[in-house]
Amino acid sequence: MIEYRIERRSGVSTYQQIVQQTKQALRLGLLQPGDKLPTAREVVELTAINPNTVLKAYRELEREGLVEPRPGLGTFVRRSLARPEAAADGPLRADLVGWVDRAREAGLEREDISALMASVLEQRFDTGVSPATPS
Amino acid sequence: MNNPTNTPPASAAPSIPAAPQAPAALAADGLGKRYRRDWALRDCTFAVPAGRICGVVGANGAGKSTLLGIAARLLTPTEGELRVFGEPSTTDDLRGRIAYVAQDKPLYPGFTVAETLRLGQELNPAWDQDFAQQIIDQGELRPKAKIGSLSGGQRTRVTLALALGKRPDLLLLDEPMADLDPLARHQLMGTLMAEAAERGTTIVLSSHLLPELDGVIDHLLLVQSGRVRLCGDLEDLLDGHQLLTGPAGTALPTGVLVEQRSTGRRVDVLVRTGEPLDGPWEGGRPSLEELLLGYLRAPLTAPVTAGATAGPAAQAQTTENGIAA
Repeated sequence: MIEYRIERRSGVSTYQQIVQQTKQALRLGLLQPGDKLPTAREVVELTAINPNTVLKAYRELEREGLVEPRPGLGTFVRRSLARPEAAADGPLRADLVGWVDRAREAGLEREDISALMASVLEQRFDTGVSPATPS
Repeated sequence: MNNPTNTPPASAAPSIPAAPQAPAALAADGLGKRYRRDWALRDCTFAVPAGRICGVVGANGAGKSTLLGIAARLLTPTEGELRVFGEPSTTDDLRGRIAYVAQDKPLYPGFTVAETLRLGQELNPAWDQDFAQQIIDQGELRPKAKIGSLSGGQRTRVTLALALGKRPDLLLLDEPMADLDPLARHQLMGTLMAEAAERGTTIVLSSHLLPELDGVIDHLLLVQSGRVRLCGDLEDLLDGHQLLTGPAGTALPTGVLVEQRSTGRRVDVLVRTGEPLDGPWEGGRPSLEELLLGYLRAPLTAPVTAGATAGPAAQAQTTENGIAA
């Protein structure tokens, strides 16, 4: 079962952190359709956050069609976000591992790599550049 | 005999057709309390809906403890009224539904931990011994330890076990976490949140530790100089304010300024509006701590209630003389 880690001072709202961590687990295949999410009580007992926050996050996930509440039973995963192309043994991941290794050999730190990645993502996704037209 | 099933009193009145709104856990109307010549609390009108986790924030001596004391039925208001779940706070029936943990955590020092829980059992018809014991066990307290030999944090744990063992509908906590170590604070806050999740318990807690409230409370009551300065749903209040930075001298619409601080050529302002402002302002929604600090730094003028139209402007100005020119 997924265990949420709440960063109090991250600047990201608590409810967004729960939504993001659930989606991340769905993308990585750590949560599969049919899996049960922890109850609000279980989450707040471990994280000491407001129970309404958990319910709000679950409602958001439900609106996006990712989970569904089953009365008296709990909240269950409906749909996975895992992409076969992004699987642990897939070629895309292997490419990325190779690229990260090269970046480290070139002397980049973790933060440098992360910033570079974010900058390229922003450029490729936000400026309307289509993947079919390599620069 | 008392009802052993601990039925919530709401279901004792089946003739009322599904009320659109349950009575507020706390509803104050013109509430005031005077000690001799000094008013500790004056003109307080606010509501805390049932099922909320409400933070009561304010400087030392602002009236937080007086407010909680009235809600706990230990103090009688000098003027106005406080209703608890729709009943006047003086009603005797409320006693079993409210638990109160005072700031000084009064316990009998000569009693052991086990004897203290036994006292809780004898005094409270709906006592939940397993739950109280669980809270004691989590802190690894020996049942035979004398209360007088415990540390401040351990006594806090015993007091919270007493309060929660009562399984109250309204839990009033005056600075509950002040002397707890970080682990115990996290554990006990987790226990409180789990209780609220499971039973819909209304929790009203005062605290100086602003970061401790972040992520925990969903309702805010800001008390300043005996008056209620802000009260409402926390998200609504945060949405209704902005923390902005701009060049000094930039004009603001009248009536929105809560606090401003000049640092050289820039000015930081906390404004009471969620609408974007004209001008070269940058910034956005404040964090809980930024909102509270802004109000705490600014002297009291008019109270703000979420959703209500803004009254006369709270014009406050604090100038910080930066060392760097």
